[in-house]
Amino acid sequence: MKQYLLNTWEALSTIFIGMKITFGHLFVPAVTIQYPDVRVRLPERVRNRLYVNMDDCIGCLQCARACPVDCIDIETVKSLPTEDLGKTSNGKKKALWVTKFDIDIAKCCYCQLCVFPCPTECIYMTDVYEFSEFGRNDLVYKFATLTNEEAKEKAAQYDVFMEEKERQKAEAAKAKAEAAEKAKKEKENEENKEDNKDK
Amino acid sequence: MHQLLEEIFGSELIAIIIASSLPLIFITVLVIFAVLLERKVAGHMQDRLGPMRVGYHGILQTIADFFKLIQKEDIVADTTDKRFFNLAPVLVFAGSYAAYAALPFSSAYIGSRIDLGLFYIVAISSLVVAGILMAGWSSNNKYSLLGAMRSAAQIVSYEIPTVLVILSMVMISANFTVDGKGTLSLMEISEIQTSSFWNWFVLGGAGFSLSKFLLLPFTMAAFLIFLISSLAEVNRTPFDMPEAESELVAGYHTEYSGMKFAMFFLAEYANMFAVSAIAAAIFFGGYQSPIGYLGNSLGIEWLVPIEQFFWFSVKGVFFVFVQMWLRWTLPRVRVDQLMTICWKYLIPYAFVNLTIIGIISLI
Repeated sequence: MKQYLLNTWEALSTIFIGMKITFGHLFVPAVTIQYPDVRVRLPERVRNRLYVNMDDCIGCLQCARACPVDCIDIETVKSLPTEDLGKTSNGKKKALWVTKFDIDIAKCCYCQLCVFPCPTECIYMTDVYEFSEFGRNDLVYKFATLTNEEAKEKAAQYDVFMEEKERQKAEAAKAKAEAAEKAKKEKENEENKEDNKDK
Repeated sequence: MHQLLEEIFGSELIAIIIASSLPLIFITVLVIFAVLLERKVAGHMQDRLGPMRVGYHGILQTIADFFKLIQKEDIVADTTDKRFFNLAPVLVFAGSYAAYAALPFSSAYIGSRIDLGLFYIVAISSLVVAGILMAGWSSNNKYSLLGAMRSAAQIVSYEIPTVLVILSMVMISANFTVDGKGTLSLMEISEIQTSSFWNWFVLGGAGFSLSKFLLLPFTMAAFLIFLISSLAEVNRTPFDMPEAESELVAGYHTEYSGMKFAMFFLAEYANMFAVSAIAAAIFFGGYQSPIGYLGNSLGIEWLVPIEQFFWFSVKGVFFVFVQMWLRWTLPRVRVDQLMTICWKYLIPYAFVNLTIIGIISLI
């Protein structure tokens, strides 16, 4: 009987204690952050979406090689000697047209390994983390500043230039060969003459 | 109210139809408010915010949810017993709506002025059990059936302490009626507790007699017993095993969707308010104001019933709030604990309480 009454008392008193606690929590300020309206301040060195500053890119492919998941795809075309591509912000001379600089951010593992090798510090992590898309292909970011036509043109130009160079080389070689032949012939002629004289 | 409506519309039939659909409007508004209140209370008790996006601080959230539920596809599984499956939500809602017929919303409006109001409510709310059992059985789903069985066992058990407590309060009312026989009409019980909160039955009834102070601890205990058993009767936490979402998915309404689900939902909240209103009526003066009426002091007669309606709603919603408060305080009890609480604790206490109150009322 005593235990029975004790049980009753314990049940009721503990319920009231619990109710007191929960009632107190009604007036505790909520910990919720109203996300799209209010944002948490990100730490200083967060790793989120990659960005490439193409003005500084020299097309050295170091980032593509460092990437453990091969999500960076770069294609370059050599520039003509007559063209001046300008300099990067830290004074390196640019010599390559970057015709393709694609980062498949869907594959990216945010390891930041591509950031350190970059000699011009043009690839870096930004604090943008909202970039969901409906299609997986929409997550391939194209950073190349040249349009497709321009890229083709540059490639064609380079091919033409190389052909020209090749031809020039060939011509030069031919000329050289001819010259050598000529010299040889002359030499022979002279030797013949001398022989004739001797005779 | 009936006479007023009859004067306006000139036909008794139209007046009756309108008068009987008034609680439906009340229930709809109440449910829209109570669901929002529930979510807000739940949020703030857990240091969250609750719905915030629809309207200012999410006040239009439940209206948006309501329109969503209307648009939903009504899915009926192949193996269900179609006839009972479709009938069950109607029956459950009818059961809880019928209880509103005997609730006195104010001195001017009560659905039906029957003398057996309390008895009628206790009887008609048992219809809900039949509906729930029907829903669980016809769903042809083991979780639904388990939920329904638990619900039936629970409601049938907890009806006993509820009725014992109601009986003891009716015995107290016998001290104040003219013929000394007591009354089962909620209207008359409310009328007894008029003019001040001092006259409420939870404080032992009207007046300053010795019996009031003798009764006071027992009426308080009676109120506690009623509160606990009414929680179990409307399947609220800590007695929400029929719809225990963590073990039974959603209990007896697992298979329901769209408007049929909304019917169960509506019935659940309507039931919550109904038991709260009964608690308010038999312990806290019903529609009577605890401090007096503005209409009386200003001499505006038509203001009084509106104030009474206000007080009735406030008291009802307060107990609905208490139910929510308990929901976020207590964990769910086990089935054996549920039965222990009912048969080993509540029923003996309610019976002893009834006996003592009877003896005190006799002297």
